[in-house]
Amino acid sequence: MSIHTHHEGEHESAYDVGLLGNDAHWAFGTSFEDPLAGVDTTVPDGVDPGTLAAYSLMLGDDALVLSHRLSEWCSRAPDLEEDIALANIALDLLGQARLLLARAAAADPTLVPALPTGSPVPAEDALAFFRGDRELRNVRMAELPNGDFAETVTRVLLLSVQRLAVLQRLSRSRDAVLAAVAAKGVKEVTYHRDFAGRWFLTLAQGTEESHRRLVAALAGLMPWWDELFTTHPVEAEAAAAGVGVDPATVRAEADLVLDHLLATSGVERPQVRPRAGVRVDGQPRTGRDGVHTEALSRMLAEMQSVARAHPLGRW
Amino acid sequence: MGVKAEWPLYEVFVRSKRGLNHVHVGSLHAPDDAMALRHARDVYTRRNEGVSIWVVRSDAITASSPDEKDPLFAPSGDKVYRHPTFYDIPDDVPHL
Repeated sequence: MSIHTHHEGEHESAYDVGLLGNDAHWAFGTSFEDPLAGVDTTVPDGVDPGTLAAYSLMLGDDALVLSHRLSEWCSRAPDLEEDIALANIALDLLGQARLLLARAAAADPTLVPALPTGSPVPAEDALAFFRGDRELRNVRMAELPNGDFAETVTRVLLLSVQRLAVLQRLSRSRDAVLAAVAAKGVKEVTYHRDFAGRWFLTLAQGTEESHRRLVAALAGLMPWWDELFTTHPVEAEAAAAGVGVDPATVRAEADLVLDHLLATSGVERPQVRPRAGVRVDGQPRTGRDGVHTEALSRMLAEMQSVARAHPLGRW
Repeated sequence: MGVKAEWPLYEVFVRSKRGLNHVHVGSLHAPDDAMALRHARDVYTRRNEGVSIWVVRSDAITASSPDEKDPLFAPSGDKVYRHPTFYDIPDDVPHL
């Protein structure tokens, strides 16, 4: 994203339009591109700001949580090249999360956790670091603890297949911000899917051991696949208002992409029962409802501890 | 895994936005050509350095030997007339 300061004649940046605080001190290079240059941040007519914000949180939390799981590989990947590749993907997703959480906060400021007076924490950081697990809206597949490299490759593949299909449609959102974030994200997630797909194929056709690990990873993750395409009421409302995408509408395309890769790799789709939601008040609740596996609260405890200990800190 | 076989080494060449040529930027390991290209993208172009990448297996490169330095390169050392230094360059010809 563009981090350079405003010059006359340039488009407005995400910072100028007030969506993000100015952090020009991070910029060391030139010719960065700003995904939100000149984008109108007003909520479109007829759209409930609360729905837009809740929907933005869902997409943002998927990216935030997977990003953190991938960042846990840092310094531990099988090779230097893989270490950097996973960190790059994590950073792409963190960038998407930042814009989406900032979008949520701008549309509905009441979502942002209250912080002590004088706290310099920007709204998107408050959402990332000061919400509990029940307030996060990511799908549960993103939060599962890391397994081996085959498990991470498979997880990035499955989540990227779904996310790319969603973002491609979201780039036509009536909300100009979501459309711009999606257009930027399509390029990134296309690479993530390609990277994971190539590794999936390589491991499937590699050694007996790599094939065994890949098949085990797929069997462990596929029960969480259904949840990626289960429509939450917020997603239905956002889709009806023309600002969001109903994930059920991308299911057929995602299955087609996955089955094609499985066939190419010589791996059978495991016959597994979808992981059910947790019954709360008689209704099955899943990640989109804020009902998560216990892995998420452990992850957040580590991810949020420094920010929560220093709510007045400047970084 | 039993035997840890080393991935082959690749040399990476990147063409920047500003330059005209692909320039050697370093090397990396990868299991095959396609992954080498992706690794090169991840390792060498993450700060907006490039618009095009070449990778080639290091063992496909034929290189001159340091032992051949004198016969290969010393003879050109005194051929000063091969340099266009005896011409006056007009001010409006910047890239000669």
